[in-house]
Amino acid sequence: MPKKNLHHPLAIRLAHWLNAFAIGCMLMSGWAIYNASPIFGFKFPPWATLGGWLGGAIAWHFAAMWLLVLNGLFYLLYGIFSGHFRRQLLPLRARDVLNDASQALRFRLPHQAGVYNAVQKLLYWGVIALGVLVVLSGLSLWKPVQLELLSDLFGGFDFARKVHFAAMAGIAAFVAIHLLLVAIVPKTLLAMITGGTDNKQSTP
Amino acid sequence: MSDADAKPTRKPEQIRLTDHRKGLVKLERRLLLRSTLSLGALSMLAGCDLQDNDQVDKALWTMSRWNDRVQALLFRSDKLAPTYTASQITKPFPFNAFYDEFDAPDIDGAAWKLEVSGLVRDKQPWTLARLRNLPQAGQITRHICIEGWSAIGQWSGVPLKSFLQAIGADISAKYVGFKCADRYYSSLDMPTALHPQTILALDFGQEPLPTSYGYPLKVRVPTKLGFKNPKHVVAVFVTNENPGGYWEDQGYNWFSGI
Repeated sequence: MPKKNLHHPLAIRLAHWLNAFAIGCMLMSGWAIYNASPIFGFKFPPWATLGGWLGGAIAWHFAAMWLLVLNGLFYLLYGIFSGHFRRQLLPLRARDVLNDASQALRFRLPHQAGVYNAVQKLLYWGVIALGVLVVLSGLSLWKPVQLELLSDLFGGFDFARKVHFAAMAGIAAFVAIHLLLVAIVPKTLLAMITGGTDNKQSTP
Repeated sequence: MSDADAKPTRKPEQIRLTDHRKGLVKLERRLLLRSTLSLGALSMLAGCDLQDNDQVDKALWTMSRWNDRVQALLFRSDKLAPTYTASQITKPFPFNAFYDEFDAPDIDGAAWKLEVSGLVRDKQPWTLARLRNLPQAGQITRHICIEGWSAIGQWSGVPLKSFLQAIGADISAKYVGFKCADRYYSSLDMPTALHPQTILALDFGQEPLPTSYGYPLKVRVPTKLGFKNPKHVVAVFVTNENPGGYWEDQGYNWFSGI
């Protein structure tokens, strides 16, 4: 049962939608760039890519990266200094995660508006970590000479491509699960637009 | 190997999209206003590819020019590209250009001359023999293609800085441009042109550059993506007007430093 009226403060909603746009651009343009020289035995379907050709895809990728990083920094700073992370994503205990995960897998975990269960908390921390990883590995691919140490940290240029890909895949999986859960509980989408005010009941 | 990268194989599909672009852009703006931009709407933006002159393409070009400025700030003249040992050289080193390997220009080295123009004191053309008489420098560095693949190669030749000094170039000018025998062209910012590892390469490995790798002269710039390393160079010029480049003018980021 949420105690306050607003589940999602304006800052979080703004950051969320800017991030959704940025992530969409980065994923789809990134897939187009990957297709120019695939590192695994497959290509992404052209309809899922952005930019039309390699030059267009890179232009998208290196334009949207500014939105992704600046908005991401804003989100992290806001989350840390407003207490949002502390209130919403902590505490996180292994026992709660196991407990909630087992309930969720048996479809017995209720959705409580405004309260994240332990699995959600873990996934949010995970995707934040993947976001940091995807940006750092991306920087090492953008500037392997000027940022040579960072490039070395990711095992050199060629291996950094795999790290960047793996972080992308993790984020894409998160997005897929996220969208699936929104489809199951559609009113969460409304809450992310309106803020979810005066929603008094918690849902069993 | 270096010039070209990426044949834009998907272009024919874009022709059909252009018929509907206006409608798509309008629709995309409506969706933006609702701030509920879905993946579906994003794929409509896929038509924005720098090849047209709509508002989204203009924004992408503006961001690319912004990225040029940021990269110029990130560039450090004394930061050397990592070097490798002879045993790490990629064999065979990949060929890459905007044409197939058998279309690479056959150039007669004895008749070849390097034209020099622009903001320089001495515009006399250079023969291969004269270039070989200048101090030489070599490197084993990683060539990174904009497509994402990379390969390690060994190049040697005249440091561009020595050459610019030899021709009395105005090194306070902004750009050094290159024209090639295969219609390719490209350009560098002056700080990169003066970087100690930027060379007018005459040799690949221990031998003169083979035709596939840019005989008789290729610009080797290990601080730039591969397409900024023009092959079969026939002219060098110094200028304050950005000369652009074959791919740069189509939408590859101009600075493309690494």
